[in-house]
Amino acid sequence: MDTEQLIRTLAADGSHRVRPVGFVLALTLLAAMPISLAIFMMGLGVRPDVMTAMHNPFFDLKFVVTLALTASAMVVCLHLSRPEASLEGWWWLLLIPAGILAAGIVSEMMLPQRLPIMTRLIGSNSRICMTAIPLMSLPILAAALIVLRHGATARPAIAGAIAGLASAGLAATLYASHCTDDSPLFVATWYPIATALVVALGALAGAKVLRF
Amino acid sequence: MREGEDEWTGLMRLAISGDSAAYHRLLKAITPVLRAGARRGLARAGQPVDQSEDVVQEILLAVHLKRHTWDTNAPFGPWLFAIARNKLIDAMRRRGRRIFVNIDDFAETIPDEPAPQTASANEIATALKTLPPRQRDVLQSIAVESASIRDTAAKFAMSEGAVRVALHRALASLTAKLREQ
Repeated sequence: MDTEQLIRTLAADGSHRVRPVGFVLALTLLAAMPISLAIFMMGLGVRPDVMTAMHNPFFDLKFVVTLALTASAMVVCLHLSRPEASLEGWWWLLLIPAGILAAGIVSEMMLPQRLPIMTRLIGSNSRICMTAIPLMSLPILAAALIVLRHGATARPAIAGAIAGLASAGLAATLYASHCTDDSPLFVATWYPIATALVVALGALAGAKVLRF
Repeated sequence: MREGEDEWTGLMRLAISGDSAAYHRLLKAITPVLRAGARRGLARAGQPVDQSEDVVQEILLAVHLKRHTWDTNAPFGPWLFAIARNKLIDAMRRRGRRIFVNIDDFAETIPDEPAPQTASANEIATALKTLPPRQRDVLQSIAVESASIRDTAAKFAMSEGAVRVALHRALASLTAKLREQ
């Protein structure tokens, strides 16, 4: 086929409409979230004392951090779905959740605590945390990668990693309602380890499936 | 920014809103620029420039299938050159080289540089043979025999909608096949 023929053919297909990436992302997340939610309800469930826990600002802070992570990673992820996009000017968004968490640690330090610092940091749920977050993030990560394939990223591994970050954020939001360790020190230690696993997986998978 | 890129942006906006004549003009206008950039990139990498037409066709396919990722408020040039670089790097990698394409291979093309003659391109022809029969028939009818969508529909006793779907699927699977090669 010569190039003239190809051009004519593409023009003939010009009326084919494709949905924007953001729209597809919303749809795909709606499909993937119930799967993660089902894993959560069957395996973990919300902690029994959730009604009292809600009055503890450090319990609530966990959701602020995980949702901030989800939101900023999603925004960066959507940005990277365009071929000419780079992280430049956008990466700082990813610092927002870290900043909120750091502020949480500082305020906890300034308040009197019953438990010693290492006990709060190590907590009692670290193993569940490190398995549940990656497990629940898998359906969301798969959905996010499908969405990114629909886009055209020039940086497959980075886009995959950020997709991993966003999915870990959503999974961590679910997990946070189960976990009884509310200390920001616990959150700053174990959540990032769990998240790093998902980010690494996202980068590996992204490098494979996101080339267009 | 080169002169003409504003014109491209205008044409692409029209194309996105459904003007297929504008789309055709745009694709014709960018092809010589893509060809010159692909030849320059291949030459710089020490690869035979006679493969440039394959690269040009892959870029055109990617432009077509990924045009929904172009932000209609942004200039078209940077988006186009990002796609082109990506496809050129991809093509070189598949031929067993790891090479970084100079950012200026595409963007610095001089507008009045004489466009080299259309060279032969084989990759699409090879990939075409592996498509499902219905998609191949439709693609061949429209591309090679220059039939319209309506004529193609009549020829294969399909609805026009079915022809459109088959055509789009054919282009998408062609791209997937080229990537696998």
